[in-house]
Amino acid sequence: MAAAEFDTPELKEYPVIPRLQEGVMKHSQPYTAKAEFQEKLGFPGELVDNWQQVAIDKMGELNKKYRSLSVYLDSCVKCGACTDKCHYYLGTTDPKNMPVARQDLYRKVYRRYFTLSGKLFPKLVGAEDLTKEVLDDWYSYFHQCSQCRRCSVYCPYGIDTAEISMAAREVMDTVGVGQKYCNEIIGKAQTIGNNLGLPEPALINTLEGLEEDVEEETGVKVRFPVDEKGAEVLLITPSADFFAEPHIDGLIGYGKVFHQAGISWTLSSYASEAANFGMFIGSYENMQKLALRIRQAALDLGVKRIVFGECGHAWRVAYSFLNTLAGPFDFLDPNYPVPQHICEVTHGLIKEGKLTLDPSLNDDMVITYHDSCNVARASRMGDKPGGQFEIPRDIIKAVCNNYVDMPSHAIKEGTYCCGGGGGLLTDDLIELRVKGALPRMEALKNVVDEYGVTHMAAICAICKSQFSKVFPYYDFTMDQIISLHQLVSNAIVLTPENATEDDDGNDTDDKNQAEAA
Amino acid sequence: MSTLTATFAFLFYIATAILVIFVARKVRIYAKTPAPLKIPTTPAPTTRSGVVFRMVKEVTIFESLFKSSKWTWLFGWLFHFGLLLVLLRHLRYFTEPVWGWVAFIQPFGKYAAFMMLIGLAGLLARRILVDRVRYISAPSDHLMLLLLIAIGASGALMTFVEHIDIVALKSFLLGLMTFAWASNGLTPMPNDIILIVHLSLVILLMIIFPFSKLLHAPGVFFSPSRNQVDNPRERRHIADWATKLDNTKSSTRAS
Repeated sequence: MAAAEFDTPELKEYPVIPRLQEGVMKHSQPYTAKAEFQEKLGFPGELVDNWQQVAIDKMGELNKKYRSLSVYLDSCVKCGACTDKCHYYLGTTDPKNMPVARQDLYRKVYRRYFTLSGKLFPKLVGAEDLTKEVLDDWYSYFHQCSQCRRCSVYCPYGIDTAEISMAAREVMDTVGVGQKYCNEIIGKAQTIGNNLGLPEPALINTLEGLEEDVEEETGVKVRFPVDEKGAEVLLITPSADFFAEPHIDGLIGYGKVFHQAGISWTLSSYASEAANFGMFIGSYENMQKLALRIRQAALDLGVKRIVFGECGHAWRVAYSFLNTLAGPFDFLDPNYPVPQHICEVTHGLIKEGKLTLDPSLNDDMVITYHDSCNVARASRMGDKPGGQFEIPRDIIKAVCNNYVDMPSHAIKEGTYCCGGGGGLLTDDLIELRVKGALPRMEALKNVVDEYGVTHMAAICAICKSQFSKVFPYYDFTMDQIISLHQLVSNAIVLTPENATEDDDGNDTDDKNQAEAA
Repeated sequence: MSTLTATFAFLFYIATAILVIFVARKVRIYAKTPAPLKIPTTPAPTTRSGVVFRMVKEVTIFESLFKSSKWTWLFGWLFHFGLLLVLLRHLRYFTEPVWGWVAFIQPFGKYAAFMMLIGLAGLLARRILVDRVRYISAPSDHLMLLLLIAIGASGALMTFVEHIDIVALKSFLLGLMTFAWASNGLTPMPNDIILIVHLSLVILLMIIFPFSKLLHAPGVFFSPSRNQVDNPRERRHIADWATKLDNTKSSTRAS
């Protein structure tokens, strides 16, 4: 289970569909969650005695709760359209990483217990009993799906393997086999407020330090406020933005944007996390608990708008699910969508001419852009379909002179996952992460070689962490992945006048904080 | 009434009943099962009419499949549209007088049998030759193609090679539809081996339809990733069972 020796795949000039190599990733399993973390989320601490029956009952229950699951399990015709679409298949060559084969791990059990043909003729229709071996396969291969939805784009029925993975993970949690990484993080976020378990004082401290750094560098006092009542905007951002590289440079970018636009904003120590790992394990209840913290923070702080920082799956939960899980948000300013993406905010301000930008400040870089999977295929920005592709690119082009897109099969709705999404960003899955990054690495190599691209920008905390980690395996350097708002941060021209302009009322706060510290 | 006529009359009624009742039951289940979250694969239409357009493209030109694999798309499309034309042409055996447009498509419908067979042969070849598709195929996936090929081939044989007494067949079918056995008596079904094979396989197909992957036909219309409107920020979407979980707030209960 621990990080074994493995070979980094070779980058080819053109994408090649590999031949199958059965079972080569069967050993790849993440650590299981300890009993205390399982129980915290309402799951049994270890495999329950009558686990087969519990699992089958849960499958029946999920089929009644989710139309997606019910339709997707029946509808697949095994046409093979998805077989070459998953980055994990392309990178590992294990056939069970083909979307349809991954689904079939679940579907064959569904057929055995829930369909007439599977009950009568299991061999004929590929139905199988739920055995310990099958459960073991589930644990391996449903933790080799980043829920990126690329397969769902190409399926003639829109079958989304993410839905099946989520269901399988929920069934596994219900019988007592949970994944350590996800379940520990959900526990932390539900009690402390963020995935890192960063408590309020540490958060405040970090942000004060950040304010000082930015002031030192720019000579302007850009604020990074926490828990300030009455601010206009509540910013919900992935906690990695508070200290990880290159995430923090993105956070500095958001701060500068708000500062120059004169928008008062605050973070919340109670809801200091954008990412919602409840989705990864398919648990509506856990996802809702996390979403409700955001609602509560917005109410407590009396803000008018909620804005999300750069994060992929988080933006899916925010854009597509937040209103469902924690709405209605009728107490916020109806002139703004709830929630808004930081890119929507920045884009709007650029259009209105409210930001002073000098794109030549980014002239030392040639940029390409990685569409994060869940932003691309599970959400939107702006008011037109496809805004999630155009808005980030428009921003980059406004702040950089040198921009190049990667090949068309690897961007926009066809974008490849970074290889670390969906609850897989953990060191015990490093082999999977490195191999799963292959299609993106090939696309990147293409523009590096052809157009001299130096950096790739992203708007997702997981993508940024993942690429910093796997770039060196492919002979790129860690610092070639950057935050989109880092580019904004570089190009934005702050003048000390701006600093004093919107400072009234904030002076006292600053003093108070200084005294408290 | 001969044993042959009686047997086929009985099987046709049974097969039709199974097809209609069990497909209707599945459709009802799909329709009643909630979709608690907004999960359209984006970019997705932001209006209902946009969704209708997306779905029409999906079921007529197989838009997603076209993006995915040109060979599968080509063979799949040839098969499905060949089959559609063939089925429409077959309406002439169930209507008297034959509707004008059915008469019009008759020549196209006849040759569409080849379109259908070429498509099926291509799909079968892919299933056998492409290692990825071979890996995901169960015996039933191969058999389904063979069944359809046998139906198409036996039908084409009767159209182009060994003609049968089509007038008698039509009379038999109209008799089934009007329950003629209860009044003037049922015209006997022609005793022809190719016809018997053709109709037996069609009856088999009708019976397995509701219990097989052929459910993709109704299923595609219920696929949330294709049929949902992309408007979660504008309109609150919540399932009944989720509303019940929602004990933290008292206010608005949306539909």
